Amino acid sequence: MADSTVGVESHDPALRHHFATREQQREASSLGMWLFLGTEIMFFGGMFCAYLIYRYWYYNEFAAGSRSISIKWGTINTIVLICSSLTVALSVRAAQMGKRKLVLLLLSLTMLFGVAFLGIKGIEWYEKFQEHHVPGQSFDASDIVREYPQIHINQQHEQIYFSLYFAMTGLHALHMIIGLGIFLYLTFHTWKGTYTPEYYTPLEIGGLYWHFVDIVWIYLYPLLYLIDRKPLG
Amino acid sequence: MFDNFPLWPARASAGAANVDALYIFLVVLSVFMCIAIFAVIIFFGIKFRRRPGVRAEQIEGSNVLEIGWSIIPFFVFLFIFGWGSFIYFQERTPPRDSREVYVVAKQWMWKLQHEEGPREINELHVPTGEDVKLILTSQDVIHSFYVPAFRIKQDVLPGRYTTVWFRATKPGTYHLFCAEYCGTNHSGMIGDIVVMDPANYAAWLGGAPSVPLADSGQKLFTQMGCSTCHRSDTQGRGPNLVGLFGKPVALEDGRTVTADENYIRQCILNSRGQTVKGFPPIMPVFQGLLSEEQVNELVAYIKALGALQPAKTTTASAADSAEAKVQ
Amino acid sequence: MATTAVTPEREHYLNQQYGIRSWLLTTDHKRIALLYLISITFFFFIGGFFALLIRLELLTPMGDLVQADTYNKLFTMHGQIMIFFFLIPSIPAVLGNFLVPLMIGAKDLAFPRVNLLSWYLYIIAGGLYLHCLLTGGVDTGWTFYTPFSTAFSNTKVIEAGLAIFIVGFSSILTGLNFVVTIHRMRAPGLTWSRLPLFIWSHYATSIIMLLGTPVLAITLVLVVLERAFHLGIFDPKLGGDPLLFQHLFWFYSHPAVYIMILPSMGVVSEIVTCFSRKRVFGYAFVAMASIMIAVIGFLVWAHHMFVAGISLYSALVFSFLSYLVAVPSAIKVFNWTATMYKGSVRFTTPMLYALGFIGLFTMGGLTGLFLAALGIDVHVTDTYFVVAHFHYIMVGGAVMGYLGGMHYWWPKISGRMYPEFLGKIAAVTVFVGFNLTFFPQFILGYLGMPRRYWQYPPEFQVLNVFSTAGATVLAVGYVLPMVYFLWSMRYGAVATDNPWAASGLEWKTTSPPPTFNFDETPEVTWEAYDYANIPAPEEVPVGR
Repeated sequence: MADSTVGVESHDPALRHHFATREQQREASSLGMWLFLGTEIMFFGGMFCAYLIYRYWYYNEFAAGSRSISIKWGTINTIVLICSSLTVALSVRAAQMGKRKLVLLLLSLTMLFGVAFLGIKGIEWYEKFQEHHVPGQSFDASDIVREYPQIHINQQHEQIYFSLYFAMTGLHALHMIIGLGIFLYLTFHTWKGTYTPEYYTPLEIGGLYWHFVDIVWIYLYPLLYLIDRKPLG
Repeated sequence: MFDNFPLWPARASAGAANVDALYIFLVVLSVFMCIAIFAVIIFFGIKFRRRPGVRAEQIEGSNVLEIGWSIIPFFVFLFIFGWGSFIYFQERTPPRDSREVYVVAKQWMWKLQHEEGPREINELHVPTGEDVKLILTSQDVIHSFYVPAFRIKQDVLPGRYTTVWFRATKPGTYHLFCAEYCGTNHSGMIGDIVVMDPANYAAWLGGAPSVPLADSGQKLFTQMGCSTCHRSDTQGRGPNLVGLFGKPVALEDGRTVTADENYIRQCILNSRGQTVKGFPPIMPVFQGLLSEEQVNELVAYIKALGALQPAKTTTASAADSAEAKVQ
Repeated sequence: MATTAVTPEREHYLNQQYGIRSWLLTTDHKRIALLYLISITFFFFIGGFFALLIRLELLTPMGDLVQADTYNKLFTMHGQIMIFFFLIPSIPAVLGNFLVPLMIGAKDLAFPRVNLLSWYLYIIAGGLYLHCLLTGGVDTGWTFYTPFSTAFSNTKVIEAGLAIFIVGFSSILTGLNFVVTIHRMRAPGLTWSRLPLFIWSHYATSIIMLLGTPVLAITLVLVVLERAFHLGIFDPKLGGDPLLFQHLFWFYSHPAVYIMILPSMGVVSEIVTCFSRKRVFGYAFVAMASIMIAVIGFLVWAHHMFVAGISLYSALVFSFLSYLVAVPSAIKVFNWTATMYKGSVRFTTPMLYALGFIGLFTMGGLTGLFLAALGIDVHVTDTYFVVAHFHYIMVGGAVMGYLGGMHYWWPKISGRMYPEFLGKIAAVTVFVGFNLTFFPQFILGYLGMPRRYWQYPPEFQVLNVFSTAGATVLAVGYVLPMVYFLWSMRYGAVATDNPWAASGLEWKTTSPPPTFNFDETPEVTWEAYDYANIPAPEEVPVGR
């Protein structure tokens, strides 16, 4: 890294002036995104911590709540997200190979999957709203109480499950929406031709963000949907 | 201790002197360390002040010194830790057979009730020489029961009981402060602890007509219909509560918990989620229907049930399974 | 005095471009540092004004200056403003932003636009907080304890919580920028063991910012949600646990105090070495101590909860770990003192602040030993003893370090010297005023005066009067530098590149530096604090 580029106008439009080489810039961007994802882990981590504690204390209510949300939609959403991560990974590969049209297609598919995920999430939330499982003034889990007469559901504890359900899936959905915004930006710049096989870092780090959001869901899915799915005795 | 310029509050409890002893040790240690470091800095600053033509000597460091001034402070800290923990352990272990006072904190007052019955607001009368255990809860937000003269403090939480104990040694009147910010009149939530020698205390106690707490509890127990299900035989639809207090209880979900004040209180307010194994979840939810003081009365009564009669039955049958669980 | 140069003024980062757009859209880390300087100074004076009102109220035992509700808002907002809008940004956002690239020989931070975003997040958060302040304020205490904050307070908790949430992201992005910059943009030859200790301490601080702040963020989100939608996560009446809030809150807020002190410690290392003209004693130990403080600092949070209702055994663990974290701090104090041994010591204004830091941090740190002792903490927690303890560290420590750093690097930042005599006067005034304000509070605390009290029993009055008197002196000490720094920008002596004859790459460029910092990327072949090879100051002119 001995070359000094101060005073010499860089011929590389993608190399920002404070970096000495493309390599340094790419490594910095990558490290930056990994660190940011680390902060996101701590961010979600606080809620996961609350979730773990309450699940330990109120296991029965968490199990009953988990059975009351739609495993069908949850599983479909999981598949949708995994597919979207696949298209993201493929788009980065396509960018490496300079296939602009393929990148555009894959990015568009990714966003389509993302929108599908959010749409299904909307359906799930609406179902909960209809069943009066949304925490707050109108919360009423007496249907769950009736469903499990032998395990003595405490409605207050049940509300905690649903508070965490909405907070965690809501925060995740918010990150998805931000991700969609990021991918709109990436799609626009791909279309403009900003990215080349030598410079596709934004796609790479945007992809990292999307993968992270996907992984958060991979944790949320079993924690929220799959508690004690074996038949209750 | 200087009367005109006190450095610590009156010592009015058995534990106060222990706390002050550690405090004074730490003050002496701190003064010593401060003087040592300040003196060295000033000495170096003067002795090695810049003088023309004299250059600084570049010294890398000294592993011996580094290890030394890491290890030695660490062991000193360990000593302080041990001493402080010892005091804390005593502070948090109320002796058995302490006299009990139930305290309900609310914005912005203290409501206290002695076992024998007298109720007090923002004032607590106690005798010298007796262990007193406070069982505290809050009606609303977190408060903190602080008596500087006793060197005790305990946060008072809504939704559960916390405890603190002391043994008063010196008659007098001492401040009671709320020490956890609780809203507008936090600084007005103060009171007095009135320590009296045993004779005066007995007089005070006898002077106020009152019903013992457990008796009020018994009355309430019947009034609220508890006795319908919680009978003292095996016929009740709820567990027999005689002798329950302090014993392990097997719950429906497989856990075993100890039937302490918090457990009993939780069951009264909303037993869902911790019903006793073998019993249906039909106990009414009393949250919102009983005041904290009423809950205290019931808890006191149920605790007294343990003391009134031995509760063991030796024959076990299917119908007796409930009773056996309670024991 | 100032000379009007005959030749046209050399171009540097301040005069390279004029106009409001060139400042508000700048990506130059040095300009962003100055933007932060103006912003945090503004909030410092608001927070300081609240402190004065608090001290005035406490002159008398009765509540007679303001109403109880107002007083509760004053101490809440004093705390929130000083911590979130002054202390946490202070050194990192001003001195760190300015100096990190310079000290490592880089042209800017790794992500200049993210740096500007950081400042805008600060401004947006600050604006939201000001709006909250002006439309009713918040009275929960800076600690937002539940269920008071979620279910009982009638003030603008949600707005304050959101403002702090946003400023948290400003902090996170600054930390992220620093870590990537220090990892990836060091000049050739600048190995980790050659880095100035200022960089080590900012690195450690950034790790805490990255790992800790998000937990505060999620905690505030949960509080806001709970308050808005009547959830029950922290409310026992709805099945929740108020202690869960405290654990989540303190998991960030304890490491936060290390965010506030570590950068100051870095400043002190730079100043003490320069004005002893010696390499710091035990460089590796001081560097490692910063990292140890950051790591162990994450393990001690429940020492704020010894009487909160945690188990006896938890308390033992956290007390022990709290003693452990005191060890690296002690190491630093000893190492700084040993640095002066056989040095060539100059008592300039920065050195006075650094020595003041060492003294006051030692006192504050020693009182931490009191608080970590379980038996003592039961008596003094939630009293003025704690208030005195943290002000010794945060004001006697962190703020003095900040002021020392501002004086030390002022020539580099502005190209001018501040007036040395006034600087010394201000340093002494701050030191005296500070001790007069806060030492009596240790005594008040042990005597039993609880904190956050609008009115108090009369026997506490004398010490409170001393404390208030000290506060007025302290205020003078803070206003003085503001006045003469501003004065110096026009009338101060023009500074040379290296007026202190200090080591460090930042002194190898002009004062003020050019926009891109260095005319040529330096190549480092020397160890940190290479004072053996730097000419003594009497051989170097300070000002023209």
